[in-house]
Order: sequence, then C-alpha cells, then structure tokens
Amino acid sequence: MSTQHQKLERHSLVFAMAILVVASIGGLVEIAPLFTIENTVEKVEGMRPYTPLELAGRDIYVREGCYACHSQMIRTLRSDIERYGHYSLAAESMYDHPFQWGSKRTGPDLARIGGKYSDAWHVAHLEAPRELVEGSIMPGYAFLSKTRLATGHLPASLKALSRAGVPYTEAQIENAEKDAAWQADFEQNYEGELQESYGDNVQVRDFDGAPGRLTEMDALVAYLQMLGTLADLETLNPQESSR
Amino acid sequence: MQRNLSVEDLVIFTALFFVLMAGLAILGWGVPIVYVMHGWLIAAAAGWGLIWMLGRASGGAVKMPLEYNDRVIRFGIIAALIWGIIGFTVGDILAWQLAFPSFNGDMSWSNFGRLRPVHTSGVIFGFGGNALIATSFYVVQRTSRARMASETLPWMIFWGYNLFMVISASGYLSGITQSKEYAEPEWYADLLLLIVWIGYLTLYLRTLAKRAEPHIYVANWYYLAFIVVIAMLHVVNNLAVPVSIAYPKSYSLFSGTQDAMTQWWYGHNAVGFLLTAGFLGMLYYFLPKAVDRPVYSYRMSIVGFWGITFLYLWAGAHHLHYTALPDWVQYLGMTMSIILLVPSWASVFNGILTLNGAWDKVRTDPAVRFMMVAILFYGLSTFEGSFMAIRPVNSLSHYTDWTVGHVHAGALGWVAFITFGTMYKLVPWVWKREGVYSLKLEAWHFWLALTGTLIYVGAMWNSGITQSLMWQTYDADGAFLYSFLDSVVEMHPYYVARAIGGLLYLIGACIGVYNIYMTVSGPEKVETQQAGPLAPQPAE
Repeated sequence: MSTQHQKLERHSLVFAMAILVVASIGGLVEIAPLFTIENTVEKVEGMRPYTPLELAGRDIYVREGCYACHSQMIRTLRSDIERYGHYSLAAESMYDHPFQWGSKRTGPDLARIGGKYSDAWHVAHLEAPRELVEGSIMPGYAFLSKTRLATGHLPASLKALSRAGVPYTEAQIENAEKDAAWQADFEQNYEGELQESYGDNVQVRDFDGAPGRLTEMDALVAYLQMLGTLADLETLNPQESSR
Repeated sequence: MQRNLSVEDLVIFTALFFVLMAGLAILGWGVPIVYVMHGWLIAAAAGWGLIWMLGRASGGAVKMPLEYNDRVIRFGIIAALIWGIIGFTVGDILAWQLAFPSFNGDMSWSNFGRLRPVHTSGVIFGFGGNALIATSFYVVQRTSRARMASETLPWMIFWGYNLFMVISASGYLSGITQSKEYAEPEWYADLLLLIVWIGYLTLYLRTLAKRAEPHIYVANWYYLAFIVVIAMLHVVNNLAVPVSIAYPKSYSLFSGTQDAMTQWWYGHNAVGFLLTAGFLGMLYYFLPKAVDRPVYSYRMSIVGFWGITFLYLWAGAHHLHYTALPDWVQYLGMTMSIILLVPSWASVFNGILTLNGAWDKVRTDPAVRFMMVAILFYGLSTFEGSFMAIRPVNSLSHYTDWTVGHVHAGALGWVAFITFGTMYKLVPWVWKREGVYSLKLEAWHFWLALTGTLIYVGAMWNSGITQSLMWQTYDADGAFLYSFLDSVVEMHPYYVARAIGGLLYLIGACIGVYNIYMTVSGPEKVETQQAGPLAPQPAE
C-alpha cells in the first residue's frame, strides 16, 4: 500500500483529482437519487406556491434568522406528533426555496403553527413576547409593525422562483405587487380574485390589526397563519407515501 | 527569476476587472443601502488591486526573492486573531441573550437571529479560515522547500477572502442571508469567494509543482482536501437564482427535501473539511515540529486521510433523522457516520503517539499542551458525533443544546486549541522572534480556555438532555407533563453557566492576543546562522 501510495504522492494534480473523485461519491449516491426516485415527495392535495404576501413574510422569517431557534419539521416521533401535529411531509416543503426545517428548538416547532393562535395574538407576541408568555426568551420584533412592506421586488422574486421550478403563472408574476396588497385588505374585497388565482386555502384579511397600512407584520403573520394548513392530510395514502 | 507581464498577471488583471464591473453594477443598480455599500467595497477593493498591479507592471520586472514568502502569513495570523476576538465576543453576547432576553435590545440588527451568523461565520471562516490559509502558506513552502509560486496571488487570496468576510458579516446584521447554516452569504459574496478559492487552489497546486521534495508531505494532503472539497461543496450548495442585480436576495435552486439534504451534505462537510481536514493538516505539521518527533505512523496517516475523505461526505444525512428525508438515506448516513469513527481515531492515535518520547514537553511547553488537549477533544467530539448519529440517540439529542455542546467541544476544544498551540509556535517563527513573550501568560490562556470549554460543554450536555427528556415525559394518563415553555424556563441556569464559560474562553483569547502582540513588538531574534536550504524536513 505504502509504495503505491508513494507514487500518488509524487503527482499533485493526480492527488487533487483523486481527492475530488473519492469525495464526490457520497453526494452522488445520497443526493442525486432524491431528484429521480418518484416517491421521495408524496402526492398530497392542497399544496400550492406561496402567495406574494406569504412569500414576503417568509423572506422576513429568513431575514430575521427565525430558523436559528424554530424548526419547521415534525419528526415521526410520538412526542413530536402529539405535541405539534401530523408529521411533516416532504410535499409540504416542495415549494420551499430554501427549506426551513431548522436544526435547533430553542423555541417550539412552527411547521403547523397556522391557525393555532389569532392574528392579534401573533402581533402582540411578536412585538413583546414576554407580555404574553412569561418566561419566553424570544427577542421582540416591534419594528415589523412600524415598517412598511416593500413590494417592488415581488414580481422579480416570483420570477426567480419560477426559474427554480415553482409553477407561478405569468399573470401571478405580473400581479404580485397588487396581490400582496389585496391579501391584507381589511375589507377583503379581493378574496375571490386571490382564491381563484392561488386556491381556496388563501386567507385574506388585515393581519396586523392596522387597517390601511401594509406592514412587514402583515406579511409575517400571513406566513405564520398558513404554515402547515395547505396539505390535505386526508388525501394522503400511507401505502404510497412510505419511503 | 524575472518576468514582465505573465499569463498569470493577465488572468488576475481580467478577474479583477470583472470584479470591479460587478461592484459598479451593484452600487449602480442596487436598492438596499447595505447592498449598495457592498458594491462600493467590492469596486474599491478591485480598483485598488488593479492600480497596484498597474503600478507594479510599470515599475519593470518583479524579482522573486530566494526566500520564503512570510509577509502574507503574518497578515493572515493577524486577521485570524481579529476575527477570533470578534467571533468569540459575539458568541458570548448571544449566550447572554439566551440567558437574559432583554440583551437582545429588540432592534433588528441586535437580535439573536441576525447576530448568530456573525458569530458562526466569524469563528469558522474568519478565525478558522484565515488561520488555515496562513498556516497552509507556511506549510506548503517549508515542506516543498519552495517559495510560493506567485507574488500576486497570495495577496489577492488574503484580501479577497477578508473582503468576503466583511461583506458577509455586515450583510447578516442587515438581514442579508440565504438562511443555509454556515452558507449564509448571498450569491454575490459566494461568487467573490469562488474567485478567491480558484486562486487559492491554483496557487497551492503550482507551489506543490515547484517543490524540491519528491513526495508531498501528509499535511499538504489535508490542506489540499480542504481546498478541493470546500470548492465542490461551496458551488453545489450555493446554487441559487438571484432576484435581480438590484437586490442581494436569491432563492435556492433546490427545494424542500433535496435542498435539506444538499445543505447538510454541505454543512456536515464544512465541519469535515474546514474544521477537521484543514486543522489535521495543521496538526500533522506543527505537532511534529513542536515536539521534534516524527509522525508516529505513515500507514495510519494514509488510512486516516482516505477514510476521512471518503466517509465524511456520506454522513450529512444524520442531521435529518426522522424527518421527511427518505429513510434509506437516513440509515445510510447513520451507518457511514459510525464507520467514520475509525479513520477519525486513527488520526487521534497517530497524533497522541507522536508525542511518545516528548511527553515532558506537555508539562513544560503550553503550546504543546494546547495541541495535546486539542487531539483529546478531537477524539471526544468524533466519538460523540458518531454516537449522536445513531437514530435512537439522535431522537434524544437532536434539536437540543446537546448539539450545540457537541459543536463547541469540537470548535473550542479541537479547532481553536490546535490553532492557538500552532500560533504560539508560528508567530515567533514568521516574525523571527526568540520565543513567545510570556510562557506564564500562555499557560494562563491555556487554563482559562480549558476551564471555559469544560463549563460550556458540561452546561450544554445537561441542558440538552434535560430539554429532551422534558419534551418526551408523559404523565400516567399519557399526557405531556411539561409544556414547551417549562423546558425553556428550566434552561436558565445552564444558559448562565454557558455564558460564563464562554466569557472565560474570551478572556483567555484576549490574553493570548496580548501575548502575541508583545511577542511581535519585542526584539528580533539575533541571527546566528541560517541553515542551508530553509526547509526543515518533517519526518514522514
């Protein structure tokens, strides 16, 4: 072994190539098939791309580093399922670029937080966590309520996501700015239009309790309130989705 | 050696020109203010580089001195120390924030979520990365008995890399992040790093090609693996679609399960090839030099090296046990993670047994003590890592502070200990000083760092296991005994202890920096006689 290896040690370029070849095998075996094996992502009804407002909220979630303390992944463990709900499906993050499964639960899992609390609770809790939950160690995000939501980039955002494979239509990309404002409209005038465009499970209302103002809080709460509510778990075939 | 305008100069010049154009495009079209400032920074740095190259080209031929290039190494050491202090300080601030949440300040930039990547990038890439670049430059020259193959590239690599660091860290504070852990920088910073990294690989290979020694020394295998594999990981994991030139934002090319697996393939191997392979390279050169003994076993070096290079890349799946990742990948990742213990401990034994015949130095030389303890922590963390990769153990450890403790046993105990041990040797060598300013301060640094690490890791083991058990405890009726909040409240004393441990570590590091500063500002060594070919020959 040693003498053969000594030959290798005499050629820096060959050595570097050998490293690359040996090191790439693991990824090729474990990652490449995830794109080709069909049942990697289950078939379940209800999944749809994020609406522009939800996407803006998700971008804020990423921007503030929420994933550092909150997971979005209910594991197939009894204690996870009984505390947070049905285990997370791969399909439920199929439009997540990037994924937000997280790696640490300094705070609880948020995969199915949608609908569990009222909008008002979320707003108050985000603004001053310890006013509502004594003993919480979460930072306060009052500035979100004061910051107007920037929507100018949303068409470009949807376009970029469609390039990455999210099935947004041309019309959805074009109307992204308008749709974002409509979804948080307190008179809910455009519920029909939005549900026609994105699906019945779009929630339309003023999320931050400040009608007439589209804030970052609107977007973040809209995102939180839809988390885990899309997939129709009744339509899941356990036989087919076994991985 | 003389030259006028070489191919290399042309390539670097062209690269700098494109970087300048990119910087101008960002500052011209950019919308968010921090992003525009990044454009200015990039353009200014590239412009400065271009002017420097033009000035040198007009100054006529550049001489390549017949000695090792140590100047850039000194810069690398200083940069590593600066980033180290920044990284440790921010880390300890985060620890206090978790213990006392009002320390968050509730301003956007000061909250935990935005500060955390400043800490992780600061210590991993700022401190660790700069230390690896500096030591790799030192090692490749000595073991090849050749000056670095380029006069320009080392500086481009040093400044380019630190520009990347400044852009990344300042970006995090304003919320510019991809959210992929340890790969947070956005697309434009990623491209900058890619250019720097190609330069690094080229320089390394060309310097090796110039070597006067027939064989490539084992330390270089590890440095080479670090450079090659990080390049591969960086490119694949950062594949993303930018929104437009006007915004720093991009969306990952992959989604959900595939994105998660790609990220942890990356994440685990940032540990494997930056924090392990790179620092093993450091160990394989500086430990034998420090104790004046040959590496214990050549065969064990080979087994350790190829084992790590092959197996690490399979282990990432253990970050995703019981998730929506297909089970076959989870089991494969677990199996490989356990086997990974074999080459890891081959390196541990190789390191420890190298000390045979020189154990007295552990007592008399704090730098050697740093290195010895580093190997022990490496052994501990790799054992713990393989253990935590076992699914039932992982169901207890995952998502808890145990993971944080595990990472810090490796980062504080292994990576930083081997680095500090090395620096206490390297600084007098590259600044041509008699020795370190104060052995007593060096020992103080050692004991503070060790105490801090043990308190830190001990606190996190306790908090992690407590957390997990509280999440899984049922009462007689099958209902949960504790709310999630109960587990948060229970963490408080451990979080205070952890913050104190981190503070001790930080104080130790500050003493170390002071000691190194005094060493550098001390008198130069009186040259007696420089031995013939500069390269000492570390044994194989």
